[in-house]
Amino acid sequence: MYKYDNYDQTIVNERVNQFRDQTERFLAGKLSEEEFRPLRLMNGLYIQTHAPMLRVAIPYGLLSSEQLRKLAHISRKYDKNYAHFSTRQNLQYNWPILESVPDILAELATVEMHAIQTSGNDIRNTTSDQFAGIAVDELEDPRPYCEIIRQWSTLHPEFSYLPRKFKIAVSGASHDRAAVRVHDIGLYLVKNDEGVVGFNVFVGGGLGRTPFIGPSIKSFLAKEDLLSYLEAVLRVYNRFGRRDNMYKARIKILVNALGTEEFAKQVEEEWLHIKDGVMKLDQKEIDRVKAYFAPPDYDTNAADDTSFDAAKESNKAFSNWAGRNLFPHKVAGYSAVVISLKAPDIPPGDVTDEQMDHIADLADEYSYGEIVVTHDQNVVLCNVKQADLFSLWEKLAEKKLATPNIGLLTDMICCPGLDFCSLANAGSIPIAKQINDKFSDMDYLHDIGDIKIKMSGCMNACGHHHVGHIGILGVDKKGVEFYQLTLGGSAETDATLGDRLGKAVAKEEVADVIGKILDVYVEQRQEDEAFLETYRRVGITLFKERVYASN
Amino acid sequence: MRVIKDKAVVNDDWQLIRELDCSKPIPEGKVILPFIDWQASRDELLKRDTEHAVWIDGDTETEALLDDLEHFSIIALDFPAFKDGRSYSHACLLRQRYAYKGELRAIGDVLRDQLFYMQRCGMDSYEVREDKDIEDAIKSLNDFSVRYQAAADDAVPIYKQR
Ligand code: SF4
Repeated sequence: MYKYDNYDQTIVNERVNQFRDQTERFLAGKLSEEEFRPLRLMNGLYIQTHAPMLRVAIPYGLLSSEQLRKLAHISRKYDKNYAHFSTRQNLQYNWPILESVPDILAELATVEMHAIQTSGNDIRNTTSDQFAGIAVDELEDPRPYCEIIRQWSTLHPEFSYLPRKFKIAVSGASHDRAAVRVHDIGLYLVKNDEGVVGFNVFVGGGLGRTPFIGPSIKSFLAKEDLLSYLEAVLRVYNRFGRRDNMYKARIKILVNALGTEEFAKQVEEEWLHIKDGVMKLDQKEIDRVKAYFAPPDYDTNAADDTSFDAAKESNKAFSNWAGRNLFPHKVAGYSAVVISLKAPDIPPGDVTDEQMDHIADLADEYSYGEIVVTHDQNVVLCNVKQADLFSLWEKLAEKKLATPNIGLLTDMICCPGLDFCSLANAGSIPIAKQINDKFSDMDYLHDIGDIKIKMSGCMNACGHHHVGHIGILGVDKKGVEFYQLTLGGSAETDATLGDRLGKAVAKEEVADVIGKILDVYVEQRQEDEAFLETYRRVGITLFKERVYASN
Repeated sequence: MRVIKDKAVVNDDWQLIRELDCSKPIPEGKVILPFIDWQASRDELLKRDTEHAVWIDGDTETEALLDDLEHFSIIALDFPAFKDGRSYSHACLLRQRYAYKGELRAIGDVLRDQLFYMQRCGMDSYEVREDKDIEDAIKSLNDFSVRYQAAADDAVPIYKQR
């Protein structure tokens, strides 16, 4: 993974000093709340329902074991012994006190981490495919480009007071696991007719109140033009994006108002001015960054192992887990292991300090000391030899980290909701619990198979409900929590926004309603059809009828 | 009044005219006029034997100034609220694309914690908001010693030095 040099370290250290000074000035009354607010947000610090919430950046989701141990340590020393992985591959602390935040940042800086631009109207953490570097369907590893974008966007002087937040995602695989098209800018690595690899650039995707799947505005962008083109998009947005209404300030609204073609034209004009200047990316720099992501020294005999199959034969529980939680690796004899943070009795994405330490140790022992956070709030060990899988599984189980539910109904995405977030209209964690309680039969869950439930506590859509196969949105009706359901959404290569099922349902009915939806699926499915396929084939009517029949 | 200019706090005798009083003649001397008014009386003003200065808000596109750049000693960029970041792009364009060499002054809601970015975008003088300590604000110009990306201050991305 990328290692800081002196320059990177200096920037992060100076940022800590700057924020310490800003916090002190705020506490001394020299900065008003209004003046301090954007400054703290640019450092990922929210004031939430109970306490500040601090969001730590995990660039493209990649962590070293050392970094994860530090995150565990911080949760012990400054928080309540746990942390929460977000849907943007970041990590959140729910209970730090404001006065301690500069110290937390200083601790993070010792392991090459920070909270820069994890909130605020600036360019946020660039996200990517959790299986980057190892996926079979990958054209090229997207992470070097994410790192190049990270450096370019960090403390960008022109784009730190944008009309609204700005999110970029990059994927290098043919199957999109990074929800690229619901980002402000989404980049797919693609090959053109001459066999050269570059980017297909999508702009103006996003969820929230007005969800859009982003259109492509440039089907092939050469690598050397990556930064100049991003700069052109951002400049057009910074100049012409709306600032009068925060709900209309995202780039998707501008793209829509101008029309894709006109927007693309304005970007092109801007870009032609700067493309051959200092922004042009040297191949040397691409190679330098790429070298940090070179594959490890894989064991060429890893595939000779026979113990893995034998263990699956003899141990049903292991075999269930292996059937759900492994992802194919491009090197024979290796697997990526998805560690579920969706055990039935914990809020999705929460992890304790002990679990973090444990995962760090296991990463050292089995996976070259690296961990990846997924955008569905799990973590991955990307490089595990199949001969090690059984012992890894046993050790994961010791800390309740072996729930065999990846991709199943209980592998839900869920925002913090009313329990922690001051913007929430309704709880999401209690709904996750309700669903877990109702659907606890593993055989049933395996029978239902692949399904993505995504849940947000308000229209801001941090839980990406629009793109859930089943989306759940918390709404407030005269002070009572209700839930609006959508069906058929997807964030993947076939990105689609879900269709509204009907009127919102009462809190206590959510799990039952999901039960009815699944009944329809089970009745209608053909052969191995997954939920989304069945839904797309039969449409929403049958589901509507069943759910609202009795009322 | 006191402004930060070339990294020092100095006394400055330019007068910012936020709004022109149409019933009176345009004031003489070192005045920073609204660009629209300057433009409306351009020919008459150019006959005066003085320096010229204008201010623009975020809505004015920098391209509107191009024909007159050579006349201006100061172009002031207004921040109606410090969160309104359009003037950062305007500054970059004026410096990098249109090679404006005169003074670029930040006016309006100009606060300490934004000066570093303003400087990087090519602004070189700052009228810090009245209720703030200007001696305190100037410190922020040195908040960072390293810059990742090219901007209007030094033209090379850091990686070229690696
Ligand atoms: S979706 Fe709403 S409730 Fe949930 S975390 Fe985001 S802002 Fe808070």
